Amino acid sequence: MKPVTIIEGTAVPLDRSDVDTDQIIPSDWLKRVEKTGFEKGLFSEWRDDKNFILNNEDYAGACILIAGPNFGTGSSREHAVWAIQQAGFDAVISPRFGPIFKNNATKNGLVPIEIDSHLGNQLLHEVGQNPDLHFVIDIAQRSVEVPQLGLAIEFELEGSVQDRFLKGLDDISITLNNVEAIKDFETSRGEWLPSQNSI
Amino acid sequence: MGRTLSQKIWDHHVVRSGNDLPDLLYIDLHLIHEVTSPQAFDGLRLNGRKVRRPDLTVATEDHNVPTENIDQPIEDEVSLKQIQTLRNNADEFGITNYPMGDPNQGIVHVIGPELGLTQPGMTVVCGDSHTSTHGAFGALAFGIGTSEVEHVLATQTLPQPKQETMSITINGQLPSGSSAKDVVLAVLAEVGTGGGIGAIAEFRGPVVESLSMEGRMTLCNMAIEFGAKAGLIAPDEITYEYLKGREHSPKDDQWQKAIRFWDGLRTDPDAVFDREIILDGGMITPQVTWGTNPGQVIPVSGSVPGPDAFEDPAEQEAAQRALDYMGLTPGTKMSDVAVDTVFIGSCTNSRIEDLRSAAEVIKGKKVAKGVRTLVVPGSRKVKEIAEEEGLHEIFLESGFDWREPGCSMCLAMNPDKLTVGERSASTSNRNFEGRQGRGGRTHLVSPRVAAASAIAGYFATPEEL
Repeated sequence: MKPVTIIEGTAVPLDRSDVDTDQIIPSDWLKRVEKTGFEKGLFSEWRDDKNFILNNEDYAGACILIAGPNFGTGSSREHAVWAIQQAGFDAVISPRFGPIFKNNATKNGLVPIEIDSHLGNQLLHEVGQNPDLHFVIDIAQRSVEVPQLGLAIEFELEGSVQDRFLKGLDDISITLNNVEAIKDFETSRGEWLPSQNSI
Repeated sequence: MGRTLSQKIWDHHVVRSGNDLPDLLYIDLHLIHEVTSPQAFDGLRLNGRKVRRPDLTVATEDHNVPTENIDQPIEDEVSLKQIQTLRNNADEFGITNYPMGDPNQGIVHVIGPELGLTQPGMTVVCGDSHTSTHGAFGALAFGIGTSEVEHVLATQTLPQPKQETMSITINGQLPSGSSAKDVVLAVLAEVGTGGGIGAIAEFRGPVVESLSMEGRMTLCNMAIEFGAKAGLIAPDEITYEYLKGREHSPKDDQWQKAIRFWDGLRTDPDAVFDREIILDGGMITPQVTWGTNPGQVIPVSGSVPGPDAFEDPAEQEAAQRALDYMGLTPGTKMSDVAVDTVFIGSCTNSRIEDLRSAAEVIKGKKVAKGVRTLVVPGSRKVKEIAEEEGLHEIFLESGFDWREPGCSMCLAMNPDKLTVGERSASTSNRNFEGRQGRGGRTHLVSPRVAAASAIAGYFATPEEL
């Protein structure tokens, strides 16, 4: 994962609640064995509607996706995160995320930003009025600033996740530093536990 | 202060804690399938890593597999490549795989328990959100993404931030005709799609204790639909009875040792949950979803609500969008809504008890004219048992299709799909837009209601036939 420190740019307002991962990337796309090439799958069923916000040229080039509550609920498909990133987004702002989606996002350097639902509604409204609003997201400060609105919002990010974002750390390497502890643990497991070696 | 069941299992699996890092949990069983694993194996190869414990890793093919003509090559080339990739990866890394047609093949959340691989007190993960199913055995089981699949393959552990605890108590006794599916839909109606986010939910109370293992699996399966990290139920005699004698269950003196350990897997009487939900089971009638998220639930005897039934503006807007997508008018009685397709299957409701309960409803009756019907057993073993019991004949005589095991129309990754505007009564777990096929309209129900709706041609309970 590459380090993520500052995200700067415009945002697109996806004013819907309960956007599940089946909408973010429909299941047909999940048959692929690659990790790239998912950008065209992003919201592919909604994109047929010419009025869909992601088809609006005014928002082309946005790098922040603002959504209603319960974004990324449902299926564990990490393809949803890959599709959002590959379509050019670096952060998603929502009052509440589906837990697996949120976790997947942090593993790939897509920043999930949870904010109060009133603020969320305000941002959806403001960005809906003005596609050129400029956002600055600072991971070290855990802040979102929108200078044109005079807004500075702090958000929560678990310390270890923040650290991984800032340093671009890979979870597996961190865990492998504990290989002795893992070996020790393995000696204490119940003898009855199932194993493919035991039949 | 006492600990809850999930806290006990958690504590028992901590490999390392502290240093401002989340707890590192050991994983006892890693289930994999073709859809969420290929990129994880690629990651291992890229970094020159091995699978740490192939003996604790089991694969099967379920999401993509066709449910007809499985002796023929898979026609969809992209699906075929994905299946072939899983087989190659399993070979390369020394992992047991149950391929299409194998006696042990089936939906990953059906075969784990069936083979005795899922046991009380274990940690179980899979790159699939419905891994919560295995919590029915008093295991801590949760779905993970592909990065985490790679992590578990490489280390047999996962760093996990602590979760809140949630108790969902179902008191009283279910009315006859209601099932575990109706209970979990009623819970969803109560807490909504976000009500469990950040928590591990333990299902408790007399109704839960009286459920069979199949029913408990249905209940835990849909814990993810209200956002819970996991759902689980304390093991008891019903659990032990189910496990005894299964292929991977402990044998002889190991069985006795295991039972002694499992008996301690209960929430302490003085433990305090962070969140508590209590429902009266006696009030839970057969349920059906009307909208496009699994929290949009009403009784089958009810009518489609309008947006004004909701206070929250976001929910009002979601309701209006759902009504438009589903092609429903507020005030319409569900019993007046015609059904095009009935799907009995999925990791929620494809086990033998589900098939028995559906067969009981349709025995001697014919499917309504024009209704398409599929029964997709959860595994080859379920299919075999059903055929030994003659259930397939009951289904076939009524006019149902009797298919080969797999995920099938639950998520439409194989050829079983709804077409645009087609309306289904489905025993699966998600009524999202397009979930069962682009433009398809899904209503989630129990196997009994699905069966009755196939006969009636509109949403119905068996009692109305």
